[in-house]
Amino acid sequence: MRVNFTVNGRKQEADDVWEGESLLYVLRERLGLPGSKNACEQGECGSCTVRLDGVPVCSCLVAAGQVEGREVVTVEGLADFAKQRAEGCASGACGTELNKAQQWQAKPADSQTGEGSGLSPIQQAFIDAGAVQCGFCTPGLLVAADELLERNTSPSDADIREALSGNLCRCTGYEKILDAVRLAAARGEAETAGTGV
Amino acid sequence: MAGVTRTPTNLTQGSKTKGGIGESTLRPDGTLKVTGEFAYSSDLWHEDMLWGFTLRSTEAHAELVSIDTSEALAQPGVYAVLTYDDLPADVKHYGLEIQDTPVLAHGKVRHHGEPVAIVAADHPETARRAAAKIKIEYRQLPLVTDEASALAEDAPLIHEGRDDHHIGHVPHPNIVHRQPIIRGNADEARKKADVIVEGEYVFGMQDQAFLGPESGLAVPSEDGGVELYVATQWLHSDLRQIAPVLGLPEEKVRMTLSGVGGAFGGREDISMQIHACLLALHTGKPVKIVYNRFESFFGHVHRHPAKLWYEHGATKDGKLTHMKCRIVLDGGAYASASPAVVGNASSLSAGPYVIDDVEIEAIALYTNNPPCGAMRGFGAVQACFAYEAQMDKLADKLGLDRVAFRQLNAMEQGTIMPTGQPVDSPAPVAELLRRVKAMPLPPERQWESSEGADVRQLPGGLSNTTHGEGVVRGVGYAVGIKNVGFSEGFDDYSTAKVRMEVVAGEPVATVHTAMAEVGQGGVTVHAQIARTELGVTQVTIHPADTQVGSAGSTSASRQTYVTGGAVKNACELVREKVLEIGRRKMGTFHPAWATAELLLEGGKVITDGGEVLADLVDVLEDEVVELEEEWRHRPTVAFDLETGQGDGHVQYSFAAHRAVVEVDTELGLVKVIELACAQDVGKALNPLSVVGQIQGGTTQGLGVAVMEEIIVDPKTAKVRNPSFTDYLIPTILDTPTIPVDVLELADEHAPYGLRGIGEAPTLSSTPAVLAAIRNATGLELNKTPVRPEHLTGT
Repeated sequence: MRVNFTVNGRKQEADDVWEGESLLYVLRERLGLPGSKNACEQGECGSCTVRLDGVPVCSCLVAAGQVEGREVVTVEGLADFAKQRAEGCASGACGTELNKAQQWQAKPADSQTGEGSGLSPIQQAFIDAGAVQCGFCTPGLLVAADELLERNTSPSDADIREALSGNLCRCTGYEKILDAVRLAAARGEAETAGTGV
Repeated sequence: MAGVTRTPTNLTQGSKTKGGIGESTLRPDGTLKVTGEFAYSSDLWHEDMLWGFTLRSTEAHAELVSIDTSEALAQPGVYAVLTYDDLPADVKHYGLEIQDTPVLAHGKVRHHGEPVAIVAADHPETARRAAAKIKIEYRQLPLVTDEASALAEDAPLIHEGRDDHHIGHVPHPNIVHRQPIIRGNADEARKKADVIVEGEYVFGMQDQAFLGPESGLAVPSEDGGVELYVATQWLHSDLRQIAPVLGLPEEKVRMTLSGVGGAFGGREDISMQIHACLLALHTGKPVKIVYNRFESFFGHVHRHPAKLWYEHGATKDGKLTHMKCRIVLDGGAYASASPAVVGNASSLSAGPYVIDDVEIEAIALYTNNPPCGAMRGFGAVQACFAYEAQMDKLADKLGLDRVAFRQLNAMEQGTIMPTGQPVDSPAPVAELLRRVKAMPLPPERQWESSEGADVRQLPGGLSNTTHGEGVVRGVGYAVGIKNVGFSEGFDDYSTAKVRMEVVAGEPVATVHTAMAEVGQGGVTVHAQIARTELGVTQVTIHPADTQVGSAGSTSASRQTYVTGGAVKNACELVREKVLEIGRRKMGTFHPAWATAELLLEGGKVITDGGEVLADLVDVLEDEVVELEEEWRHRPTVAFDLETGQGDGHVQYSFAAHRAVVEVDTELGLVKVIELACAQDVGKALNPLSVVGQIQGGTTQGLGVAVMEEIIVDPKTAKVRNPSFTDYLIPTILDTPTIPVDVLELADEHAPYGLRGIGEAPTLSSTPAVLAAIRNATGLELNKTPVRPEHLTGT
């Protein structure tokens, strides 16, 4: 079958999709977006978390046909999604304006500082706080944490733990993931207050 | 300002190079990992690639009467179905130490989930469905599931005709390896004891549960060889096992490390590597294999479950008199790392204590249970769980404080191990206990608020099972000792290739090793070492592959020590060559070139007094300095097979934990409130990563204390919970705050004085949690993991 849907603001068309394929499989193997991870493929680990019409879901549990005509945001689109949200496009699917697209040019990015890489605040906070080790859980956690901060700009630790309880991490013991979310929240608040961090 | 010249300027003192060792520099792969661009082994893709699938045994011990693959082969989209009979070379077995594992089952299967056939097809589902059409006729064989059935008079032999180097000293062919350690005279010393404590302990089978599944891509090459992209812990060990069964020389199997989603010991053994290569070479097409989580539980070895018997004695003033123990590890159907796990379990069985008179025996069994091998802590974990329970029992019996009793018997630098090896670097066991005890305790009844109980902070959490009724707090302590590096005479070397040149007007270092980066941050540390030794800012880390010499395994807390040491050594040699170039070109400009100790810092050559002699850019110009060099730590020796004596270990690593738990005593639910850790790391090369390792290791110890166990049905030897639905690892809700106190006492034998750190926190975490639960409930609790029924007696 053919599935038409929007991924990270771009219209996509996946052909020859077998009816049993998950959204995760279509993203990873048919659309070249392997950022969403396949740690358990049974909805227990959260590493495949994406936004489906804004709602965080385990993409391994969503049949590909269910996303027909809908909007998906993956970790690959998280930075643009956060940027557009900050600029007032709530769906994150507003695309790039023509004049901006025409002015686009490659910028050097520094993998050490993240400078110039255009990361979203939560992505940068994960790097800065040491929340990434093997990194396999990271994409799902980023999507989930970004969604948390979208609806709760200053979450308590209990709020963070509740929001991320569907995402397994085997490396970090979660402490630095908590640090990262706290850091992103603090930076967001500082920015809102105009003080900067 | 224009026109003003020749005014005095500051002389640049060698500005310290930024991003060197001791700083918390950030991961060089961090950006790729947060954007989803980092290429893990399951993310690989190749045009025309096929998908491989493994058909696994449904029985634990059975004769293979017949295998019929014809129907599977006839399926549209199927390119190959291979069994043992299709193996191309004379060598058909592999293994880390003992080559006892068939690439595909031959004659019989020895455990549930053993690979029997492999399929390649154009879609993973096509491969799965084809595999389901392979017809296998099994004839059941009697099961070996524990020590009694392994050593019974009529016990079936798991491996007939053993000819490995352990068979000569084991009392039964179903014992992989046996290591006794005898020192002093335990029976004599026992007479001095005022109290004697005996206990039997059971440690469950833990899974590494790394999140990135076993996966990789094999691409056949024109010269008849194969390119293999894979997630592993040791490329060269894989290579040594893969090439012979493919019938290829090692140089025709070119391996590159793909992104590794965690390892924890579970990737020391071969999983899909050989199968993918076989299918690729057979079909002439690239083949990708990705296990799902169910298969992953069968696709790698687990932590050895163990039964441990201990006897300790002490005088009434609290001094340990002697220790006797017997540790029985279940190695499952194949040897994997069992011999080395036995060596660790026995040699570290006394813990970080002074005990002069010991009588120790450790064995690993062959059974029909799932194969067990390496997992973080490697034999020392099981022992620590038992001896720390013994310490509490002894202290209680003597009426002494549990921490003070440990401190009274704590080893220190100079203590002789049961193996006769002196501990010749700092061993701050008493100090770590003091530190962890001195940390402030979390406040009582944190769940209480003006709005009632916050159930999220209580045992049972959002299940809303209690608002504080029946909840009792407990506190427990534990400390452990782990060896660092490969032991018992193993040639545990690493190799580093370092290059220095000027690129775009800047001096740049390139570090190339075969070290498997599995998440631990070795790539971060290598760049830091290069900056420190070569005074450059820009360091490029070359992908790990087999085009450079072996780095040894990312195991045994050894990589920062050994490959870090190799990188440091190679950098030092490169530095010497750079300075030679400098002396040749500029030696006449300044006498210090010949007389002073010279360093590279901040892109410059400086004297040890800080005077700048030259820019590296001017020294090097267009010259490239590159060399590859092996590096070894000081050698170890094998343990004597009768007495266990020998300087078998390279270095020791120590951590202590304090656990605070709250237990709902009515429902048997445990909430760990805090798990504080103090650890000596020698030198924290990257403090942020060090703390991350300690917290991660601590959490895996917590998991096996209260949640994690692979359940093997004793009647069928079949695995009952191969999924994340049924095998539970700690979530963020199960994991408490983990405050960490890092101590840095240099080990003069190690590069920068560092100590391998990854495993020690996994040891003491588990017994500390158990001690806290015992403290809360008053129960004896001799088995881990603790389950609700153990607490409620139901």
